Amino acid sequence: MAQKRRELLLDPLVDNNPITLQVLGICSALAVTSSLKVAMVMAIAVTAVTAFSSMFISMLRNHIPGSIRIIVQMVIIASLVILVDQVLKAYAYEISKTLSVFVGLIITNCIVMGRAEAFAMKNPPIESFIDGVGNGAGYGLILMLVGFIRELFGSGSLFGITILPTVNNGGWYVPNGLLLLPPSAFFVIGLLIWAFRSWKPEQVEEREYEIQTVEAH
Amino acid sequence: MEGLVSLAVKAIFVENMALSFFLGMCTFIAVSKKISTAIGLGISVTIVQAITVPANNLLLNFLLKPGALSWAGFSDVDLTFLGLISYIGVIAAIVQILEMVLDKYFPPLYNALGIFLPLITVNCAILGGSLFMVERDYDFAEAATYGVSSGFGWALAITAMAGVREKLKYSDIPDGLQGLGITFITAGLMAMAFMSFSGVKL
Repeated sequence: MAQKRRELLLDPLVDNNPITLQVLGICSALAVTSSLKVAMVMAIAVTAVTAFSSMFISMLRNHIPGSIRIIVQMVIIASLVILVDQVLKAYAYEISKTLSVFVGLIITNCIVMGRAEAFAMKNPPIESFIDGVGNGAGYGLILMLVGFIRELFGSGSLFGITILPTVNNGGWYVPNGLLLLPPSAFFVIGLLIWAFRSWKPEQVEEREYEIQTVEAH
Repeated sequence: MEGLVSLAVKAIFVENMALSFFLGMCTFIAVSKKISTAIGLGISVTIVQAITVPANNLLLNFLLKPGALSWAGFSDVDLTFLGLISYIGVIAAIVQILEMVLDKYFPPLYNALGIFLPLITVNCAILGGSLFMVERDYDFAEAATYGVSSGFGWALAITAMAGVREKLKYSDIPDGLQGLGITFITAGLMAMAFMSFSGVKL
């Protein structure tokens, strides 16, 4: 039992990561990663919503009629997101301004809906909660990695604390401005996926066409 | 009028939903393998966006804003905290109604677009459009323009992406980048190309 729960928690981190393998929840993963602090808040918010929505949906799973389950799930998720939004506005107003619409967009984050549909509808509450935490953490891991790379090389700092003194402030590091712009998030995630798949070759996708090789004479 | 035109151009090119705000990425990546399906999905998103953004604008102005309920005698009620749940409700309902109307009155259109409609409820571009409308305080005319043009911008981006991917599948890509990886990098290059519109001033 304990073994299975451990698996539920750790499996989504690398082996079955929601972003790099299941292609879920990339929407917000890209927009909020230009600084590590914001990425961390977003990761925590998504983890909390995924875990609790999975738990509540799983508690109600035997009472939800199949035909309206999407709407019921939506209502539960939206209520939790409103809660998160209000908490952020009350205690971290600056960050909630930076995140702007992306907090609201947790509702349509495919990870939350995906886990509700695929796991919570069939499993008991505690397992669903752990599964939610695991998937939220897998999402958070990628988010923090991207945030780390973008903030460190884009503005020479981490969590707003200077690590590489930039030329503008009399240091030696010339910051790579591209990393602060939106497109860089795509490149960083693309390369992360490459790194993950070189490490775990079983995640590589099949080719649609084989390249013909010419035999040497 | 001039303001609306510049708003439309801005929403289509400069602030493209898919490529500069990353909204609707899940479907953007998953459904961009063929041009024909990409166009179908793009049209559906544009239609839904054109209806939901103005609808949510009315909802905001007549029900949720502080003082918006004064027509019913509650002049000091502020319901903005119910925003998220109401917008998603409106979107889910409109998508459902649209599906039924198309099924009943326009069967050929339903056959072409029907499979995409359920996907659209959970498309972040749709909810994102409404949230941006709220954040930027658009009035009704601006909301209608913004809805149509942001949907069109998204459709343009996914069609272009599908065009690139159709060609790309014949190329020799390193194993680890196959599929998802190279799609991200392509999207990044397209986003950079769209950034060149940011100098456009109207």
